[in-house]
Amino acid sequence: MSAQEGVADLAVREVPRAASGAGPSPVRIVVGYGFWIYLLSDIILFSALFATYAVLRGQTAGGPSGHELFELRHAGIETLCLLCSSYACGLAVLAMERRRVSAFYLCCALTFLLGATFLSVELGEFAGLLARGAGPSRSAFLSAFFSLVGLHGVHVTVGLLWLIFLVAQTAYRGPLDYVRRRLLCFSLFWHALDIIWVALLTLVYLMGAR
Amino acid sequence: MELNRASSVIFAERGPGVAENETSASFWTYTAGLAFALLLTAASFIVAQTNLLWPAGVPAGLAVLAVAQMGVHLVFFLHIGTDSEGTNNVLALAFGVLIVALVVAGSLWIMDHLNVNMLTPAQMAEMQR
Amino acid sequence: MLGKLTWYAIPFNEPPAMAASAMIIVGILAILGLITRKEWWPYLWREWLTSVDHKRIGVMYVLLALVLLLRGFTDAIMMRTQLAMAAGGAAGYLPPEHYDQIFSAHGTIMIFFMAMPFMIGLMNFVVPLQLGVRDVAFPVLNSISFWLTAAGALLVNVSLVVGEFARTGWLAYPPLSELAFSPGVGVDYYLWSLQISGIGTLLAGINMVTTILKLRAPGMSYMRMPVFCWTALCASMLIVAAFPVLTATFGMLLLDRYAGMHFFTNDGGGNFMMYVNLIWIWGHPEVYILVLPAFGVFSEVVATFSGKQLFGYRSMVLATLAICVLSFMVWLHHFFTMGAGANVNAVFGIFSMIIAIPTGVKLFNWLFTLYRGRIRFEVPVLWAIGFMVTFAIGGMTGVLQAVPPADFVLHNSLFLVAHFHNVIIGAVVFGAMAGYYYWFPKAFGFTLHRGLGVVSFWCWFVGFYLAFFPLYAVGLLGMTRRMQHYADLSWQPYMIVAEGGAVVILCGIVATIAQLVISIRTRESRRDLTGDPWNGRTLEWSTASPPPAYNFALAPPVDSLDAFWVTKQRAAANPPEHYPAIEVPRNSANGFLTAFFAVVFGFAMIWHIWWLAILSLASAAIILVAFGWMERIPVEVSAEQLAADERARQQTMVPG
Repeated sequence: MSAQEGVADLAVREVPRAASGAGPSPVRIVVGYGFWIYLLSDIILFSALFATYAVLRGQTAGGPSGHELFELRHAGIETLCLLCSSYACGLAVLAMERRRVSAFYLCCALTFLLGATFLSVELGEFAGLLARGAGPSRSAFLSAFFSLVGLHGVHVTVGLLWLIFLVAQTAYRGPLDYVRRRLLCFSLFWHALDIIWVALLTLVYLMGAR
Repeated sequence: MELNRASSVIFAERGPGVAENETSASFWTYTAGLAFALLLTAASFIVAQTNLLWPAGVPAGLAVLAVAQMGVHLVFFLHIGTDSEGTNNVLALAFGVLIVALVVAGSLWIMDHLNVNMLTPAQMAEMQR
Repeated sequence: MLGKLTWYAIPFNEPPAMAASAMIIVGILAILGLITRKEWWPYLWREWLTSVDHKRIGVMYVLLALVLLLRGFTDAIMMRTQLAMAAGGAAGYLPPEHYDQIFSAHGTIMIFFMAMPFMIGLMNFVVPLQLGVRDVAFPVLNSISFWLTAAGALLVNVSLVVGEFARTGWLAYPPLSELAFSPGVGVDYYLWSLQISGIGTLLAGINMVTTILKLRAPGMSYMRMPVFCWTALCASMLIVAAFPVLTATFGMLLLDRYAGMHFFTNDGGGNFMMYVNLIWIWGHPEVYILVLPAFGVFSEVVATFSGKQLFGYRSMVLATLAICVLSFMVWLHHFFTMGAGANVNAVFGIFSMIIAIPTGVKLFNWLFTLYRGRIRFEVPVLWAIGFMVTFAIGGMTGVLQAVPPADFVLHNSLFLVAHFHNVIIGAVVFGAMAGYYYWFPKAFGFTLHRGLGVVSFWCWFVGFYLAFFPLYAVGLLGMTRRMQHYADLSWQPYMIVAEGGAVVILCGIVATIAQLVISIRTRESRRDLTGDPWNGRTLEWSTASPPPAYNFALAPPVDSLDAFWVTKQRAAANPPEHYPAIEVPRNSANGFLTAFFAVVFGFAMIWHIWWLAILSLASAAIILVAFGWMERIPVEVSAEQLAADERARQQTMVPG
C-alpha cells in the first residue's frame, strides 16, 4: 500500500494563494495542468487540419462536394450523442468525487455507449461515402474531410479504450489518488473532443452542406 | 520544509476540470451547460437550414454560435475560471487561441493570395492540356 | 512477407556508403562488445537506460547530440570537399544522387538530432536544479521523450545501411517528396523518424512548461526565476505550439504517400504550397526553440563570469516573451518568392524586422552586464563573446533578407545558407558548447580541461568565418544552394577557402573530443568538491557535484533573484537538525521499451511490412497499458540517509 492511498481521505489543508512563490503545486494541479497543455497542443494539431480543410474545401477535382455528400441528420445525431456523452462524463466525475460507486459506473457506461453510438454513425457515414466512390483519394477536398473528421474519430476511439481501462482500474484498485487524477484527465479529454466537434460540425457540415 | 512529496497531501485548489468542494462543479453546472449547448446546437442547425438569418450573414452567425458553444463547454464543463490556479489555465488557453487564429487565418490569407496570383496546381494542370 | 525489403536495400554496389555502413556497424558492435565484456549491462540498465532522473536524461540527450554532431559534420565536410573539387567540368567524387541525400541528412540530423537534443538536454539537466525542485513534473514521460528522440535518430542512421535517405532537402517539399517523384524509401525514413522523435519532443515541451509554471521552490516567484528558466519556458511553449503543426503536416504527406490522398499532390486538387505554408509555420518557431535556450545559457554565463547580476532582468523577460509571440508571425519570409504578392510580403517582412528588436534588447543587456564587471575569461565567456559578435552579424544578414525585394535576389542562394549557419552556429552551437563546459562540473564532479576548451573555441570561431563568409560572397555572385557541381570557375577559390574553414572546425571538434578524454583521465586532479566551481549565482550551484538523485534535501531558501548568490553573502546558517524523509520516483523501463517498439514500427512502415507494423504498434500499446496499470511505488530516501549525505558533503567541501 503506497503513501498515496493512505492520505486519500486526509483533511484539506490551506495554502497561501498570494504570490506565485507559493512553492510547488500539489500533484493533482500539476497533472491537470500538464494534461491541459497537452490538450492545447492537440487543438493546435486539429487547427492545422482545419486550416488545410478550409484551404482545400473547394478542390473537388470534378468529384462530389460537401453539398452533395453531407446529411445533416447524421451530423445532428452525432452532435447529440457527443454532447450527452460529455454530460454523462461530467456526472461520472462528480460521482467519483462523492464516492458514489454505482452512479459512477452507470455514468461511465452511458458515456461509453453514447460515444460508441457516435462512432458507429460516423463509420456508417464513411462507409456510405466510400461506397459512392467518394473516398479520401478521390479529391483534395475529400482527403481533407476524411482526415479531419477521421482524426477526431480516432481520438474518440482512443478515449473509449481509455475509459474501459479506467473503469477496470477503478474496479480493481478503488478510487485512489492517481485513479481519480486519471479520470480528471479523461474528462478534460472528452470535453475537449466535444469542443473540437462543435468546430467540425460548424465548419464542415453546417457550412459545407449549403 | 518538505517539497514535492508525491501526492502527500491533497489541497483544496482547483485545476481545470474537477473541484474538491462544490462551488464550481455541481450537478446544476453541468446540467445548465448541457441545456445551453443544446440550445446553441439547435440554433446552429436552424440558422444553417432555414432563411431565418440573411444568407450572407450565415457563416458569421454560425461562427458566433460555435464560439459561444465552445465558451459554454469551457466554462460549464471544463471550469476554466479566474481562481489563483485558473490564471495559468486562462493564459495557456489564450496563447492556444492566438496560435489557432494565426494558423487558420494566416493560412487562409496566404493561400488565397497564392492561388489568385499563381493559380492553383489544378488550374496549372488545366492550362497544360 | 518483408514488404519492399530485399537484399538490394543494402548498398553493396556503392563503396562509400558501404564503407560508412561498415564503420558504423563495427563501431556499434565494438561498443556493445566492450560493455558486455566489462559486464556493464546491469549498471547501464539500472542507472541510465531506465532512469527517470532529469539529470541522467539530460546527460543522455547531450551525449546523443554530440554523437550525431559527428555524423552531421561528416556530411558537411563531404559536401565542402565535393564543392571544392567540382568546378568547371569536374564531376567531383560524390554523384548527385548521393550528394542530395547528404545535404538532406545533414540538415535533418543537425536540426532534429543535434541542436534540439542538445538544448533539451541542457534544459532538462539545469531547470529543475535552478528552480530548487527535485525533478520535472512528469519524470517517466521525460524518459519516454528521450528514448523516442533516440529512436528517431536511430532510424535516420539505419537509412545509411538499409535503403536510402530522402533527396528532397531537410524539409521534404512536395511534389518532389510525393510518391510520384520519390517512390523509394528515402522520404519515408525521413517522415517516420521525425514523426517518432516529434512526439518525444512535444512531450518534453509539455513536461517543461508544467515544471516551470507549477513546480518551483517556495519563494521563487516568476520574477525571481533565473533567465535560463524563462528562456526554457518560452522555448517549451513554442514546442507545444509548433510541433503539432509539424506532426499534422508530416501526417498529411504520409497519407498522400501511403493512402493515395491528395493534400499536396499535383493531381486531385492538391496544393503543394499548403505544405510549404504549414511546414514553415512550424519551421520558424523551431529556430526560436533552438535559439532561446542558447540565449538563456549566455545570460547565465555572462552574469556569473562578470560577477554581477544580469543587467535588465525585467526587460530580458519581456524581450523573451516578445520573441516567443512574434516568432509565430513571421513565417512567410521563408517563401517570399512564391507569389503571395506585395501586401502579404510586406506584412511578414515588417514583422521579421520587428523581431530583431527584442533580440537587440537582449544583446545590449549582455553587453551592459559585462560592462564594469570583474570579467573572468573562462571558456564559456569566450563562447559568449564569440556568440555576440557572430550572431549580431548573422542577425543583420537576416534582417537584410527580411526585405522582400532583397530576398528575391538572395533566396536559396548561398547567402541564405551562410546566414542561417551564421545564426545557428553563432548562437545555438556556441551556446551549446558554453553550456556544456559551464555545467559539466555540476553533472560529473570534475571540470573540463581548460586549454583544450580554448583551442576548441578558437578553431570553431576562426573555422566558422573561413567556412561561411566566402558563402556570403559567392551567394551574392549568384551561386545557389544544393548544387552538386558548378560551371563558374571563379567560384572555386571561395569553395576552397570554405573547405579550409571546415577543416579548422574539424580541429575544433577533435579538440572537444580530446578535451573529454583527457579530462576523464585526469579527473582526480580537477575534482569539484564545493559544488560551485565558478562562484555561481543560481541554485544549481548550491548542490553537490554531482547532485544526489533527490537534488535538494530541503527546499532551498529563495528570497530574491540570484538566490544562491544572496545566500552566499549571508553568514552560514547552522545545519538543520531534522531532515524529513522524501520519496523519489522509481526507475521505469517504459521509455526504453516504448522506443524500441517505435523503431520497429517505423522500420516496418517504411518497408511496408504490414504485419510487423501492426504487431509492433500493438506491443507499444500493450507496454503503455501495462505500465499504466502497474502501481508506481516511489523509492523512499530515509531521514538518516539524507543526514548522512549532507554530512559527507560538508566534509568534502573546501572550507571558505
